[in-house]
Amino acid sequence: MTIIEQPVDTAPQSSHRLTTSKAMVEGIEIEMARDPSVIYLGEDVGAYGGIFSSTAGLLDRFGPERVLDTPISETAFIGLGIGAAVEGMRPVVELMFADFMGVCLDQIYNHMAKIHYESGGNVRVPMVLTTAVGGGYSDGAQHSQCLWGTFAHLPGMKVVVPSNPYDAKGLMIAAIRDDNPVVYMFHKGVMGLPWMVKNARATADVPEGEYTVPIGEAKVVRPGSDVTVVTLSLSVHHTLDVAETLAADGIDVEVIDLRSLVPLDRETILRSVGKTGHLVVVDEDYQSFGLSGEIAATITDVDPGMLRAPVARVANPDTPIPYSHPLEYAILPRQDRIEAAIRRTVSR
Amino acid sequence: MTTTTPGRPHPMQSELDGPTRVGLYRTMVLIRTFEEAIRRDYYADKGPGFDIGKGLVPGEMHLAAGQEPVAAGVCAHLTADDAVTATHRPHHFAIAHGMDLTAMAAEIFGRETGLGHGRGGHMHLFDPSTHFSCSGIIAEGYPPALGQAFAFRHQGTDRVVVAVTGEGAANQGAFHESLNLAALWKLPVVFVVEDNEWGISVPRSASTSVHSNATRGVSYGIPAERIRDNDVEAVHLAASQAVARARAGEGPTLLEVHTLRLWGHFEGDAQGYRGDLDDVPARDPIPTYRTTLSAAGLLDDATAQQISDEASARVEDAVTFAKESPLPDPADAGAYVFA
Ligand SMILES: Cc1ncc(C[n+]2csc(CCOP(=O)(O)OP(=O)(O)O)c2C)c(N)n1
Ligand SMILES: [Mg+2]
Repeated sequence: MTIIEQPVDTAPQSSHRLTTSKAMVEGIEIEMARDPSVIYLGEDVGAYGGIFSSTAGLLDRFGPERVLDTPISETAFIGLGIGAAVEGMRPVVELMFADFMGVCLDQIYNHMAKIHYESGGNVRVPMVLTTAVGGGYSDGAQHSQCLWGTFAHLPGMKVVVPSNPYDAKGLMIAAIRDDNPVVYMFHKGVMGLPWMVKNARATADVPEGEYTVPIGEAKVVRPGSDVTVVTLSLSVHHTLDVAETLAADGIDVEVIDLRSLVPLDRETILRSVGKTGHLVVVDEDYQSFGLSGEIAATITDVDPGMLRAPVARVANPDTPIPYSHPLEYAILPRQDRIEAAIRRTVSR
Repeated sequence: MTTTTPGRPHPMQSELDGPTRVGLYRTMVLIRTFEEAIRRDYYADKGPGFDIGKGLVPGEMHLAAGQEPVAAGVCAHLTADDAVTATHRPHHFAIAHGMDLTAMAAEIFGRETGLGHGRGGHMHLFDPSTHFSCSGIIAEGYPPALGQAFAFRHQGTDRVVVAVTGEGAANQGAFHESLNLAALWKLPVVFVVEDNEWGISVPRSASTSVHSNATRGVSYGIPAERIRDNDVEAVHLAASQAVARARAGEGPTLLEVHTLRLWGHFEGDAQGYRGDLDDVPARDPIPTYRTTLSAAGLLDDATAQQISDEASARVEDAVTFAKESPLPDPADAGAYVFA
């Protein structure tokens, strides 16, 4: 069982500008071209190209034998992915929204995630479960959740959460090649979709050809000396916005994009907080019993004395995500709340 | 394939009296007028370009234009004491079941005066006064319908529950579990499957192993019928028998109605996947029914105009109320998590 992949930073020659969704598709495409056992299945992944453009163009290139529209039967088709993986295929299976885990969770956490363990390592489930997460566009309480803390809590599946085009492609290739089930969670707000609020960092230079982003390695996306902000997904973008604002006031923010939740790169977090002595966690998921507590414990398990101020958490305050815009923006970790938390933390 | 209830030949359309027929038309027009108004305001301020999260009515918007005959025909047999569980595409059933248009519109506009004080939105309309609910998770309205039916019977009433899904949702486990349990316990439920031929971009032929979900009803021991041609009177007649069966304690019935998704799956859907688009306008059930009624001498132009004027007035009142209502206070975002 591989825990951390070998970094294959083979520095491909040229690059091109892609949105996160196109970079994700390019990763899938490279693997489908390379490995005939890779298939993609889910709802509206064929002619529609994925509701969030996760599969645009794949049907044309690989045909309906390998890019399959399923009935709205998540238990059946996620289970099908598991069975196919057990028999040596490498299926990528899309759960349209992470919120829909409710109808198919048993296949995910009791089967996909446990078979390797229960078989004493004799049976592998090399599948990828892709799923869209996140709010900010008034889709209400059943279509806006992140839920990565829930997936990461349940043992036996890796969980990756790319925030940008480069990581989207590299993590996709790494996920498909991994011999474990990998849950690949993409935030709708980082995909660069033309019909959502524009996000400047959702389009970027991406190397052509294959490369992987190692699963289990966080990235310091902005070095700084005063405070560490540990975050992921769309919140990375909001935090980088805030870091720019605060730099003008002489507050130097280090921003860590976790990229993987399982395995979690605790080293990078510890190294950073060891340097700054201040920790803010920004997480769009529910606050209690989740990611932000886990990051805080990563420090306190080792040495609470590293912290010169209490850990601040900016997360969903344990509220279903409201529909109405002003309510939704009040509970999401947006720039205003992130900035206030950082200022409070560094002033202590 | 049509599976009819044994011993129940399909009644002729002429069995309905004039006022009932015009009443069905009136309900359909009210629904369409509401959907058109929401559509207008949905697109009014999404620009520049199209940003789904922007505007007076943000988020996903699944409108039910074309599916009016199903809701009008079924809900004609209900009172506000009966319950309806609907889907992500709920407006037609909400209106046909008598939901207050102002509170409904205000919820869709995210206002404090809305049914859920702006917390729910268009896929999450809950109205205790008409026992109406809906869910954005497909097929998940079926299981709670069983519980409402159980409670109604337990309380010694003859109240019934109508549970709605799309044909796409009929491939979900919750659908099948619910049919079995309702049949087993003879619960007073009318299961309605709206077959609009599409589950987002996937045609029925690519999602469903049987020609009719009536077959599935029958396989669980439930009398079931498939109603063709989006025909409001056929729906009305079939539903009258189904509701009567439920009220009489004879258990559930399943009605699948072959209906029409006149617009996209959600607003903003370009429907590039849809080969039948050219035929769609001619299948619009409202002009068709208007022609039928006028040929029967039941609806002259003046009356038809009056019906649409009344609908417009009611809808515009509701929408104006919504727009003039306050937005919720962000400080109260955490209200209502617990009782
Ligand atoms: C469990 C679940 N899976 C997927 C979805 C996404 N989704 C929303 S509507 C829809 C299509 C539903 O088709 P159908 O039941 O035929 O209803 P229609 O939209 O045609 O009214 C899908 C796949 C969902 N809401 N819930
Ligand atoms: Mg449908």
